Amino acid sequence: MSRSIIINLLRFVLLIFIQVCLLKNINVYNLTTPYIYILFILLLPFETPNILLFVLAFFTGLIIDSFYDTPGLHAAACVLLAFVRILFISITVQKDGFDNEPEPTLSIMGFRWFFTYALTLTLFHHFFLFNLEAFSLSEFQYTLSRFLLSSVFTVFLMLISGLLFFRRKERK
Amino acid sequence: MRNLWIFISKYNAFFLFLIFEVAALIIYVKYNSFQKATFINSANEVTGAWYTRTNEFYTYLSLKDVNDSLAHENARLRNQLKSSLYVDTINKHKVTDTVYKQQYEYIVAKVINNSTNRSNNYITINKGSKQGIAKGMGVISNQGIVGKVVFVSDHFSVIQSLLHKDSQFSAMLAKNKEIGYVEWGDDMDPHKGLLKDVSNNAVPKLGEQVVTSGYSLFPEGIPIGKVSNLRTRTGGYSLNMEIALAVDFSRLQFVDVVDNKFANEQSAVEAQQKKNE
Repeated sequence: MSRSIIINLLRFVLLIFIQVCLLKNINVYNLTTPYIYILFILLLPFETPNILLFVLAFFTGLIIDSFYDTPGLHAAACVLLAFVRILFISITVQKDGFDNEPEPTLSIMGFRWFFTYALTLTLFHHFFLFNLEAFSLSEFQYTLSRFLLSSVFTVFLMLISGLLFFRRKERK
Repeated sequence: MRNLWIFISKYNAFFLFLIFEVAALIIYVKYNSFQKATFINSANEVTGAWYTRTNEFYTYLSLKDVNDSLAHENARLRNQLKSSLYVDTINKHKVTDTVYKQQYEYIVAKVINNSTNRSNNYITINKGSKQGIAKGMGVISNQGIVGKVVFVSDHFSVIQSLLHKDSQFSAMLAKNKEIGYVEWGDDMDPHKGLLKDVSNNAVPKLGEQVVTSGYSLFPEGIPIGKVSNLRTRTGGYSLNMEIALAVDFSRLQFVDVVDNKFANEQSAVEAQQKKNE
């Protein structure tokens, strides 16, 4: 229990750091901006209670907002992300079959499941985020291309980080 | 009641989602001006037509009150006109500064457009080149310095106010004459400025007057503000401090444009000296 708290805390700090110090400056042709920090919400343990999940998502979003000067934008997108996460997990995963608090990581859940999981959640988050940021339908094509390219970039980074911390034979 | 409770706890994820999402969106709409404007405008499109209709009717009913208030306003404006003429006659008087042998003339003008809430603020006045205003002249009000003229047409001029990222004016502490320069504070507060690059020897006190130095567009001793916060910092070559600006920019009505009669001569001489070097 305490170990997973420490791991998640470290992951949180690391991801915020990477997002704010590194990825905030990456902006390819004004189209792709990866938002890797949502990996923190994706990788919270399965057994996180819903209320805690929402609170964490909300405050993660607010912290990112405070760096991006857009109060509420990322918070709204992250809360949606948390909701989609709950739905996705309740549909695809049997909750009772786990011991010692597993997390939805690449090494535990396998590539296929994790890829679908990351892709779906990233698409939801980015779609909501970019449209809320633009707040109009007049440049919908531009918003759409930004959303798609950024999603690809984000998922790519997520898979890389998943493979980077890959540990074999964790699933028992 | 119990069934309701069971229902809520069964779909708790959804209700929690609603609560947090609404909270986030409220924050978003409230603190981001663009979304706020769009949101309010779209709301107005629905109700706007109705309001215009009812408004037409109400204006007709309140004509008598409007007449009264217009009469009052006329009286008030006539008073202001008198005072403006009064200021005008005062300022035709030429000030001779014997120390620097400079001659300043003041041209009074009315502020007709003003902003204080942007990161670069400009003021428009109703006097222009026909009245003798030229680009680069300093502008003061009866409270203190305001800015400098950056654009002149025949009858209007645009002033780059002190509340502008690029505005810098030479200033000094009133008591011990330590020179520095004044610029707008970094948090966009229209009442706050910064006095920078004061020599380390100065011992500024809270509440001390900061005035113009006479090295720039303005005569010496025009108030700028009072020291409000000493940012004590060790190890620097110079002191920076916050000042409370003397001019209330949001309520600016009349300003005086400072015409330095010897500005051209001075700059010509200085240019020559630079060329010689």
